Amino acid sequence: MVTTTGEQLNLREAKGWRRTKNRIATVLMVVAFVLVVIPLVFVLITVVARGIKIISWQFLTAQIPPSVAPADVGGIGPAIVGTFQIVGLATVMAVPLGILGAIYLNEYGGRGPLARLIGFMADVMTGVPSIVMGLFIFSIWVLRFQFSGFAGALALGCLMLPVVIRSTDEMLKLVPNPLREGSYALGATKARVTMTVVLPAAVGGIVSGALLAIARAAGETAPLLFTILTVTAVNRNPFSGPNTSIPSQIFVNATSPYPGAQDRAWGAALTLIVIAFVLMLAARFITARFTRYSR
Amino acid sequence: MEQPEQESVTSLQQPQTAAPPRAQPAPEPEAYSEPGSTVFDAEKVSCYYGSFRAVTDVSLSIYENEITAFIGPSGCGKTTVLRTLNRMNDLVASARVEGDVRYRGASLYGKDVSPIAVRRRIGMVFQKPNPFPKSIYDNVAYGPRINGEHNRKKLDEIVERSLRQAALWDEVKNRLKASGLGLSGGQAQRLCIARTLAVEPDVILMDEPCSALDPIATSAIEDLMRDIKSRYTIVIVTHNMQQATRVSDRTAFFSVLRNEESDTRTGVLVEYGRTEQIFHDPSDSRTEAYVTGQVG
Repeated sequence: MVTTTGEQLNLREAKGWRRTKNRIATVLMVVAFVLVVIPLVFVLITVVARGIKIISWQFLTAQIPPSVAPADVGGIGPAIVGTFQIVGLATVMAVPLGILGAIYLNEYGGRGPLARLIGFMADVMTGVPSIVMGLFIFSIWVLRFQFSGFAGALALGCLMLPVVIRSTDEMLKLVPNPLREGSYALGATKARVTMTVVLPAAVGGIVSGALLAIARAAGETAPLLFTILTVTAVNRNPFSGPNTSIPSQIFVNATSPYPGAQDRAWGAALTLIVIAFVLMLAARFITARFTRYSR
Repeated sequence: MEQPEQESVTSLQQPQTAAPPRAQPAPEPEAYSEPGSTVFDAEKVSCYYGSFRAVTDVSLSIYENEITAFIGPSGCGKTTVLRTLNRMNDLVASARVEGDVRYRGASLYGKDVSPIAVRRRIGMVFQKPNPFPKSIYDNVAYGPRINGEHNRKKLDEIVERSLRQAALWDEVKNRLKASGLGLSGGQAQRLCIARTLAVEPDVILMDEPCSALDPIATSAIEDLMRDIKSRYTIVIVTHNMQQATRVSDRTAFFSVLRNEESDTRTGVLVEYGRTEQIFHDPSDSRTEAYVTGQVG
């Protein structure tokens, strides 16, 4: 039992400069948040408002008409097909390679010279502008062979690879070492430890990192400019002949002077945002699902 | 798996303890059966981390079906010595071991010895419970599975038997599919012990298994150690001297040797003998000071 004698004990927050600092910092953070959200919301509203009216089944499936055609003619079917072909191929190439690279960096390479070189190169690759990646593929692949969806996939894959390596690397670093030791103490080999303990513990983060990389790649325009060109009809063979993609189509349509083409660009932009949004949702869902046992 | 078995050979070897011969107390409370064979014989073992010598010249023998306790102040190398016994130190890039550790007559650090095969026989329980982020069932079945056991019925049997041995079965039998991470600290540690028992090791090394647990969970684990002692050989590192007196048959006291010239600290084995002798009739003044609570 405590009896207060004399002065009342003061447990209120201190007044003066400390409290003012707290207020200022809080206000600054809220303002910064709002400043970040304003352009995002503005972009989203504009794209939805201008794109929604053109979206229809026909728009999503029909062949691409000449730019002069009015908004209600044709669609962007070939671009959607091309995007799925190219991004799918890029994913098949970059994601497994990136995950294996990250496993090497984290579990096998240690602080050896090769691991350090790979880590450094991945960081350098992250900084390469996407248009340079497109020019790179143009000079080593397109000039020798031909424009194709595959060339575009190579360029996108080169962009995705360092992102996948780095995000997987971070996830593997988060796996606590005692888990590895627990597995080793039961007589597991390094490969077993990696396959049965490390990867399952990190799989949620790895998958969502990969999906974010895919979503980024799906929106890239520059690397595709010199590698796939654009076409107006679906090209079913991604390994031969020019192809097209949603971002390329947006680029072509938005720079044309015809209102019909510009409307189709808005529609394509909305389609792209929806695709990216679905991928993000999938990433969230998969992360939540795989972390079932983590608490 | 190509670990040679030479159990009969080792029984010929005399225990090499650091305790002087006179230290054996005459009256034994309940006549210990004289230890048959040694499981480990360490000879002049020194451990280095890089150029730092963490432990120097440890020689001791660990006996079959006994509980051996390692006690001593922090930084004296108890855990390091424990980890040399199943080559866990291999996982630390800079660690290096000198001297020889023989396990049932075979050198653990021989050229062709696979640390994987060693660890399948010599299990380890860690200071902090480290259940895998899997279900309780999968945690226990993990070891048998990596050793190639996939028969569902057999796995069920192994899981139940191991959980019963670890005195955890009754608490978890209705939620084997629940996450191993949802258990309390004491339960999680018993799960880790069950996981170790599931591979039926020969030796279980325990690195301060109770340091994160309350007295009730601690006593559950001590009971469990006494229960399984007849089938396993146990080596335990502990900071708790009462725990050493409660569970162990033999105690090794480690201490820190300071080198004033080079300003380095190295762990040494000061004294090794029967637990009663170490605690009631220590032959070294450092042991006496430590076990009577004058230092540390």
